[in-house]
Amino acid sequence: MTGTATFLLTFLRRDRWMLLWWVLGGTTLYVATVYSVDGLYTTQADYDAAAASASSNAAFIAMAGPARALDTLGGQTAWQTTAFGAIVAGLMSMFLVGRHTRVEEESGRDELLRASAVGRYAPMTAAALVAALANLVLGLLVSVSLTAYGLAGADSLGLGLGVTACGWVFTGTALVAMQVTASTRSAYGIAGGVIAVAYVLRAIGDVGNGVLSWISPIGWYQAMHQFSGLRWWPALLMLAGAASAVASAYALFGRRDYGSGMVAARPGRPRAPYGLRSGGGLAWRLQRGAVIGWTAGLFFFGLAYGAIGDDVESLLGESDVSQEMFAQAGTDLATGFYGTAVLMLAVVAAGGAISSALRPRGEEENGHLEVVLATALPRRRWLLGHVVVTVAGTVLVLVGSGVGLGAGYLMVTGDGDAAWDITWPVLQYVGPVLVLSGVARVLYGALPRWSVLAWVPLVFAAVVMLFGELFGLPQWLQDVSPFEHLPMVPAESFDWAPALALVGVALVLSVVGQVAFARRDVH
Amino acid sequence: MTDANVIDVSGLVKRFGSFRALDGLDLQVGAGEVHGFLGPNGAGKSTTIRVLLGLLRKDGGDVRLFGGDPWRQAADLHRRLAYVPGDVNLWPNLTGGEVIDLLGRLRGGLDETRRADLVDAFELDPRKKGRAYSKGNRQKVALVAALASDVDLLVLDEPTSGLDPLMESVFQRYVDAFRDRGHAVLLSSHILAEVEELGDRVSIIRAGKVVESGTLAELRHLTRTSVSAELTRPVDGLDAAPGVHDLVVEGTRVRFQVDTARLDGALQLLVAGGVRTLTSQPPTLEELFLRHYGDEIEPDAS
Ligand SMILES: Nc1ncnc2c1ncn2[C@@H]1O[C@H](COP(=O)(O)OP(=O)(O)OP(=O)(O)O)[C@@H](O)[C@H]1O
Ligand SMILES: [Mg+2]
Repeated sequence: MTGTATFLLTFLRRDRWMLLWWVLGGTTLYVATVYSVDGLYTTQADYDAAAASASSNAAFIAMAGPARALDTLGGQTAWQTTAFGAIVAGLMSMFLVGRHTRVEEESGRDELLRASAVGRYAPMTAAALVAALANLVLGLLVSVSLTAYGLAGADSLGLGLGVTACGWVFTGTALVAMQVTASTRSAYGIAGGVIAVAYVLRAIGDVGNGVLSWISPIGWYQAMHQFSGLRWWPALLMLAGAASAVASAYALFGRRDYGSGMVAARPGRPRAPYGLRSGGGLAWRLQRGAVIGWTAGLFFFGLAYGAIGDDVESLLGESDVSQEMFAQAGTDLATGFYGTAVLMLAVVAAGGAISSALRPRGEEENGHLEVVLATALPRRRWLLGHVVVTVAGTVLVLVGSGVGLGAGYLMVTGDGDAAWDITWPVLQYVGPVLVLSGVARVLYGALPRWSVLAWVPLVFAAVVMLFGELFGLPQWLQDVSPFEHLPMVPAESFDWAPALALVGVALVLSVVGQVAFARRDVH
Repeated sequence: MTDANVIDVSGLVKRFGSFRALDGLDLQVGAGEVHGFLGPNGAGKSTTIRVLLGLLRKDGGDVRLFGGDPWRQAADLHRRLAYVPGDVNLWPNLTGGEVIDLLGRLRGGLDETRRADLVDAFELDPRKKGRAYSKGNRQKVALVAALASDVDLLVLDEPTSGLDPLMESVFQRYVDAFRDRGHAVLLSSHILAEVEELGDRVSIIRAGKVVESGTLAELRHLTRTSVSAELTRPVDGLDAAPGVHDLVVEGTRVRFQVDTARLDGALQLLVAGGVRTLTSQPPTLEELFLRHYGDEIEPDAS
């Protein structure tokens, strides 16, 4: 183990920003939840109504966890945070562990270090320690901030240290996953899969007889009954799980060769498939994973919103905040809520569209572009291939989110007409989403070094959407966000003119980007 | 085609901001010729190649590729050339075989038989994903894709920096065969020996200008070979021999540098002393630059 301390310090230094963001992000999840619950439910009647509707809604329980003490601030907070907090801790652990083990091994970067006199297990031990520390700090911050907010200290500590222990389990499973395959991607796939399975097992268990929840680390975390009769012994299950996973990882590591996995890497195709023969074919091949991922992600996001069904009112309570956020003149809260939900899905989808529009920048920076442009493929056709994928991907992602929203609603209410009314409106946002990706395109074409600024309009649009009314931003400023020019269907009625105009703006931006790109140096 | 030269560059200027990366560069490459493009790091080799490929826009001078304008007619001209960059970056999730096919198809098709031969000769595993290849293997992927294409010009930017000696000779064999079919090769390098192995003509570039251009024989006067030998008995006259510099004699051991054009005379003297061991080192580009174009030169013996 010699050298572990050196590695640990190096990793902590290298990861300091990443650690900061993950830990603060995780803490924010808990703190933001307690704030929003407290803001949303002003009276005990609000709490009672919310508890009643949540306990009778299987979709909610599957999504968050067993309904316990939901008529209290602490109970609501624990219920809404445990599953997602555990996922955040799991992902954080997975990336921290992967980055210092399999990534380094695959790239061969640390061979030099390993060749010097360090213990064979030192880098792996240091990686595990970094993740363990990060989870501990996350847990402590959560405990302290919830206690400071005024929640019961012991239960806050249970909520915090519970997420630490759960993160440790996922640190162990990630460490095992990193030993299994030689490819970082597959290793992340396995480690992420373990988290997903843990989440699904407890979802099935929580909705059914509860047995399956007992084989999920997330289930163990929730079994601590924070704010509903705290008990500590399930934490021991997590510690035991973490310890045995880490031990297995060390055993596997001792039995494999450096740089290889327990299972041999799966060889790929020796020849290119038919579709890989043009700029568009290449663009699709490079982006399809992201398109499918965004579509699936937004489908489930939509599903989660839709599954709220008509319980919106009891869930949102009667507070001024929710009234201001969701109520539209002349409609009920539920319709207003779905108008906002659709808009929210579209704004998130814009994130996918912008990252798709910036993909060419990545191709250029990674040095893939010069080889491609040295073939007979003209520049504009290469870029057009990416544009087509962005546009088609955007439509697909929006359709996915709308279908998710409608399907979730249909599952819970069985009302087909109403479900359809919230399924299609997301498509009206094709225009504004493409406007934002068009801005990214122009930046890439004209000022590639400044491409990252393409995210600014999205942040602006999100701020206007969430806080525009709340902060009383002047209308002209709100109007800079392209999303503000469309009616909030279904709360308001659809209008072709602005929807088409925005598509036109997007088209102009895309052409400007193309022209600028055709005239500039490629590096 | 009105132009006899495959590549015809004169007075090329390329600026990056206020920095003149290319400062009036001239370069001619004819058909059936392997043209070595030599220069130290940062001399402007890659920049010249990127202008030739229409990736960078020239700021001045005249550039003709197959008689056409590489900026305006890039895609059409590219049907007739294949390019291998110095630092080959492959897509992490595409296999080597897929990349070879993709680049071949984008160029307008490749020779299937030659593709198979090349994959064998370079001992390349085409089923591996890009992220799993070593530097040398990534370079092989790009080389196979280039050499299997039916083109008239190969543009190679330091193509062998990652290849082991065995693979380098495979590479040289295929480049020779390509030239013997009457095609042209532009081969950039900063290793003089590599260019000597393959090149018919050489252009030497320094700080964005070609400072010397000609056949290798014509450039002999520029180069010095380092010789060290162990003899059976001391010899006289080495210090007076024409073209010998920096002579060090330690009993029967001698070390000196000699103008490559005068190598024969110096060796005759050594043979007279009975040669036990002999090593000679080709001149490095750095030495050459230091001697002929450097601002500060060590005091010359002759
Ligand atoms: N995109 C760019 N922006 C600014 N300067 C650049 C750019 N590309 C190249 N240069 C500069 O131009 C000069 C020539 O670079 P170039 O890459 O052509 O050199 P080279 O001869 O290929 O060197 P090497 O042997 O290291 O590959 C260098 O000084 C380099 O720093
Ligand atoms: Mg170079």
